[in-house]
Amino acid sequence: MGYRYRSWGRYPPASQHIVSMSWRHEALPADRFPGLTLLPFGNGRSYGDVCLNDGGALIDVRPLNRLVAFDAVGGRITCEAGVLLSEILEIAVPRGWFLTVTPGTQFVTVGGAIANDVHGKNHHRAGSFGCHVYRFELLRSDGSRLICSATENQDWFRATVGGLGLTGLITWAEIQLKPIVTPFMEQEVIKFAGLDEFYTLSDESDGGFEYTVAWVDCLATGRHLGRGHFIRGNHSKVKPSRPGNDPKARLGIPVDIPFSVVNRLSLKLFNWIYFHRQMRRTRASTVHYAPFFYPLDSIPGWNRMYGPRGFVQYQCVIPHENGRAAIQEILTRISRAKMGSFLAVLKVFGDTPSPGLLSFSSPGVTLALDFPVATAGTLGLLNELDDITCSAGGKVYPAKDARMSAGHFERYFPNWRQLVAYMDPRFSSGFWRRVRPDSL
Amino acid sequence: MKNVLIVGATSAIASATAQLLAARTDGLYLVARNREKLEAVAGDLSARGAGKVQICVMDALEYDRHPRIFAEAEAALGGLDTLLIAHGTLPNQERCQESFELTMREIEINLLGTISLLTHAANYFEQKRSGEIVVITSVAGERGRQSNYVYGAAKGGVSLFLQGLRNRLDKSGVNVLDIKPGFVDTPMTADFPNKGILWSQPHRIARHIIRAIDRRQDIAYVPWFWCFIMMAIRTIPERLFKKLKL
Repeated sequence: MGYRYRSWGRYPPASQHIVSMSWRHEALPADRFPGLTLLPFGNGRSYGDVCLNDGGALIDVRPLNRLVAFDAVGGRITCEAGVLLSEILEIAVPRGWFLTVTPGTQFVTVGGAIANDVHGKNHHRAGSFGCHVYRFELLRSDGSRLICSATENQDWFRATVGGLGLTGLITWAEIQLKPIVTPFMEQEVIKFAGLDEFYTLSDESDGGFEYTVAWVDCLATGRHLGRGHFIRGNHSKVKPSRPGNDPKARLGIPVDIPFSVVNRLSLKLFNWIYFHRQMRRTRASTVHYAPFFYPLDSIPGWNRMYGPRGFVQYQCVIPHENGRAAIQEILTRISRAKMGSFLAVLKVFGDTPSPGLLSFSSPGVTLALDFPVATAGTLGLLNELDDITCSAGGKVYPAKDARMSAGHFERYFPNWRQLVAYMDPRFSSGFWRRVRPDSL
Repeated sequence: MKNVLIVGATSAIASATAQLLAARTDGLYLVARNREKLEAVAGDLSARGAGKVQICVMDALEYDRHPRIFAEAEAALGGLDTLLIAHGTLPNQERCQESFELTMREIEINLLGTISLLTHAANYFEQKRSGEIVVITSVAGERGRQSNYVYGAAKGGVSLFLQGLRNRLDKSGVNVLDIKPGFVDTPMTADFPNKGILWSQPHRIARHIIRAIDRRQDIAYVPWFWCFIMMAIRTIPERLFKKLKL
């Protein structure tokens, strides 16, 4: 099943030995490949090499897919680390509970969500995923097990949340869900003409809307720079009279495409059509949670659209004081290079501190885009963007990263030195070896 | 809501199947050798909403306990509708060739233990005049080949036994379902390298099993494409097949 052990961007290529972990009470299969380093692997939705270990071994944690307990009154669920967020939703939603924080895909494991301390459209209200994790068990290669929480082994908790799987293997975790009345969402989509309007909308919406995010046309230039659609929503309190369906995955991309569908021409065309598809300035609707939170999950294999060489995602967060200027400069640089993705995402993060040493989400504005690797100049452009992000005091999200340099990593995550003491000596990843080459 | 007895409940395919059954709130009586694993599986199924979940630690070769487990399951769940036999091992073909003792043990686990369970199950369900017996065999049981004929012989023997049972129990309204998976990625097959496109994940197999049970099929290749692969394999003349390195 070699194809299963790739990251979502299918870049960089990596080959590793695979060993599975099927029972949470058993020891780590550390002796299966004695000379090799290990890394837990969930569902491979990280984009770059945080989930890869080229030349080493991966521990497939997906067989750890059991629930341990579900308190349907208090909304606490304890489950093994290989359980997908989609599986939690299948069980919890009918009982009136939803994930307190969810990323843009439901096909990530609980372990992966903790290891990357993922965030969602409600960061300005709820903070990151790690803020709602009560505790988890960390299994180390020496056989020791640590229960980590805000009150027990707190330093291990801080190191492991956002710790990219390098401190050991999470076997199970207990998380808090939030109550909902229906699976539907009240959504508003507002067309905006440029970046200034985005910030205004964002400020206005934070108070009344739990979820906010913007899609931005990354090819728009001049006074159209940063035009897009602002999406804001709340959980419905009332069941609609004519409910929309829960769209099961429909048309997907079942086979590899030998070229990247995303190119200069297609991008410009798509973005223009997409921006103008909504005629009215504001459109309100009631939708099922699936298309609201996980629009791309309904296109299985969408990552194939970028062709066999794959794609890279660039997601940065810039602190408020430099945010506007830096985002403006980044978008200008991208549109000038005429490169980028169909869907560029812009959002303002809230002030809730993230609990991990290497957590990404922090106060400021975040921008995320995909770039096909096949396009010449992609990697050069991203290094330029790194320079802008660095000067503005921001950072880049490791979960999405496949190419940040060691120099930039040092500036983005000065806390990395504290992480080293908690890393498991047998664990390593492609990402870590790239950003800390002296650790080899 | 059905009540299901699963032997080998901690195996990957059985526990994935049980997860789907739990979502329908079926009552489940789980039998396996290892208590700790059973407790993990039972906890999962309860949390998923299964009606009643009970565990029973038993080895497939404890023949004297086999006659009693049906009554025990019925008492624990308040009824019994379905038996799923999912226990088994994957013999190391080379080591079996060198040791009849090892071969004998593998045949005991995979053939005789199953036959013992089926003998008592058949009488139990025949007398109730309802119910279903579901057994996981393998496509390997359809044609002996050099790489796994001890396994193939055991599974093939079970399939033949099931065929006879099916014939006997048809008039009693008891369904006998032979599940024939192809390659499945589970702890049992952990040592196989380079698993390619023909390999399936347990949860996919589980979905097919549930569908076959609901449709009251007799034989189900899972996934369905193995039906065509085995049709082709079966047509190869013996004088040619014996030269192949399958």
